[in-house]
Amino acid sequence: MTEPAPLVEVRDLARYFDVSRPIVQRLLAREGRRILRAVDGVSFAIARGSTLSLVGESGCGKSTVARLVVGLYAPTRGEVRFDGQELSAARRDPRQRRRMQMIFQDPYASLNPRWRVRDIIAEPLDAFGLLPDAAARRDKVAELLTQVGLSPADGEKYPHEFSGGQRQRISIARALSSNPEFLVCDEPTSALDVSVQAQILNLMKALQAELGLTFLFISHNLAVVRQMSDRVGVMYLGRIVELAPAETLFTAPRHPYTRALMEAIPDLAMTGRQRTPVGGEVPSPISPPPGCAFHPRCPLANGRCRAERPELRPYGETAVACHAVEEGRAG
Amino acid sequence: MTDPAPLLEVRHLRVEFPTRRGRLVALDDVSFSIAPGEVLGVVGESGAGKSMTGAAIIGLLEPPGRITGGEILLEGRRIDNLPHEELRRIRGRKIGAIFQDPLTTLNPLYTIGRQLVETMTTHLPIGPAEARERAIGWLEQVGIPAARERIDSYPHQFSGGMRQRVVIALALCAEPRLVIADEPTTALDVSIQAQVIALLKRLAREKGTAMMLITHDMGVIAETADRVAVMYAGRIVEIGPVREVVKNPRHPYSAGLMASIPPLDRRVERLAAIEGAMPRLSAIPPGCAYHPRCPRILSRCAVERPELMEAGGTMAACWLYHRHD
Repeated sequence: MTEPAPLVEVRDLARYFDVSRPIVQRLLAREGRRILRAVDGVSFAIARGSTLSLVGESGCGKSTVARLVVGLYAPTRGEVRFDGQELSAARRDPRQRRRMQMIFQDPYASLNPRWRVRDIIAEPLDAFGLLPDAAARRDKVAELLTQVGLSPADGEKYPHEFSGGQRQRISIARALSSNPEFLVCDEPTSALDVSVQAQILNLMKALQAELGLTFLFISHNLAVVRQMSDRVGVMYLGRIVELAPAETLFTAPRHPYTRALMEAIPDLAMTGRQRTPVGGEVPSPISPPPGCAFHPRCPLANGRCRAERPELRPYGETAVACHAVEEGRAG
Repeated sequence: MTDPAPLLEVRHLRVEFPTRRGRLVALDDVSFSIAPGEVLGVVGESGAGKSMTGAAIIGLLEPPGRITGGEILLEGRRIDNLPHEELRRIRGRKIGAIFQDPLTTLNPLYTIGRQLVETMTTHLPIGPAEARERAIGWLEQVGIPAARERIDSYPHQFSGGMRQRVVIALALCAEPRLVIADEPTTALDVSIQAQVIALLKRLAREKGTAMMLITHDMGVIAETADRVAVMYAGRIVEIGPVREVVKNPRHPYSAGLMASIPPLDRRVERLAAIEGAMPRLSAIPPGCAYHPRCPRILSRCAVERPELMEAGGTMAACWLYHRHD
């Protein structure tokens, strides 16, 4: 049997940012350009109707990947293919563009405070010219509001009249309005209280099942990722260090960083347990360590790890970028 | 019972905000105490009054909010009605505060060493030379590598996680009796979080510092706090030992809050969510404020407000635990 073609395919994607100081200051201080490698060679594919999550600490590049995948940034290197078509070509075609949408972290910043909710939700519909007349627009907005658990009457209100969770429902309704197939969700529940987070995660899962949506889900919260994902990529300093089916990743993590992350999470079930902190900090992506970027914090690092950058290699269903795993030193 | 005298005692605290449409009650009859060396965790959703309680204790309520009832006692002495100057002195010497955003606490124009040294020489009977040595010691304790070289750096030269650790050193260096930590680890990555939590916990234990740890992260509470207070709509709805509140919450709101935390050790098809949202201060329902969202509502819940009552291991403000005898 041949695998169905993935909806989204990312190959060797990289994005560098020039964070140099202005040229005069640079000349005075005799320093060179400073290049921040936010994403540096990331590859993955997302099957139709499934969820791939990228997880990692702040600065690991996961949000940059999200923005690259919907075309908000242009890649420095590598490519994104959407339904077989190169992304920048797909973005030029409105019929392709409406098939992908994004949900942002902060529902306070991402909704225009001066617009009524019905206009916020209908904006993509208007932009893509998907509706014949005002009556159809009204009906579609009412349908979308109902779909995300709000009432059609809420369309007349302004964003400030809603709580954080309700605002994120509005963001979801807006994202769904152009009937997209692919949603990129960048920390969609990080700004929400935990009881409300559960509502939104449940809603997203239900909508995925109902509409057959494909998700790229970005989060720093491993517990949330476990609930939402089919596959998970763990990112560290601009690269994926482990990529695996969600169950495999959580039951048998292979990369020392993945293991350390899971160890570090405070867990309710373990009242009184001492956590093992990961020593040190995430290094700067402007001057990443040579070899494996995790080696300064890794208990298994040796000479090879300090010199040679490990590539992502498959081990069964899991792919891991680690010399220790390759050499059988990881246990 | 031979409980040590509480270091902090809050009795029937009430905070109001006058607005054009009338007075909003932000905190209503909040009472609790913290013993020396004890960590009290305060949890609840945003707007429940957690941070407001902390701010009221340190005397830093945002105007026009003000204390309109109750009292706050530190080491048996009332501090809520002190003149501004006196409170300021007590705040510096006896109460340390750690806020979520390290940028608002550190002065960007002074080196971190100067800020630490000034804090210590103001509040402790030591000179600048000794204060500097102690400052280096504190920076090492909070996990700043190469503290001796970095003490003369400015706040912007540190990463976010490092800055938060500097803030913690600053809050602790005058050896306060009480530390109010408001979301001290929320801005930190999990790997750094664990280090900071371990440090705070060790200090409470070793120096007998009382700590009020305000956070929405139940995982942090579960591994740090001795007792937990759960707040909802400006009131404490449950308070008790951490194990009881986390593992076997009595109040339906605490139970809903615990259940809605996504588990790390398994995948569930549907997460338990509390339907609806916490009411705004301007529209707090009569009776028990939680009754419109409560799955176990009784007829009196909509009419009569429950006070904290014995619930077999914790105290819960819920009519389910009312006994008729």
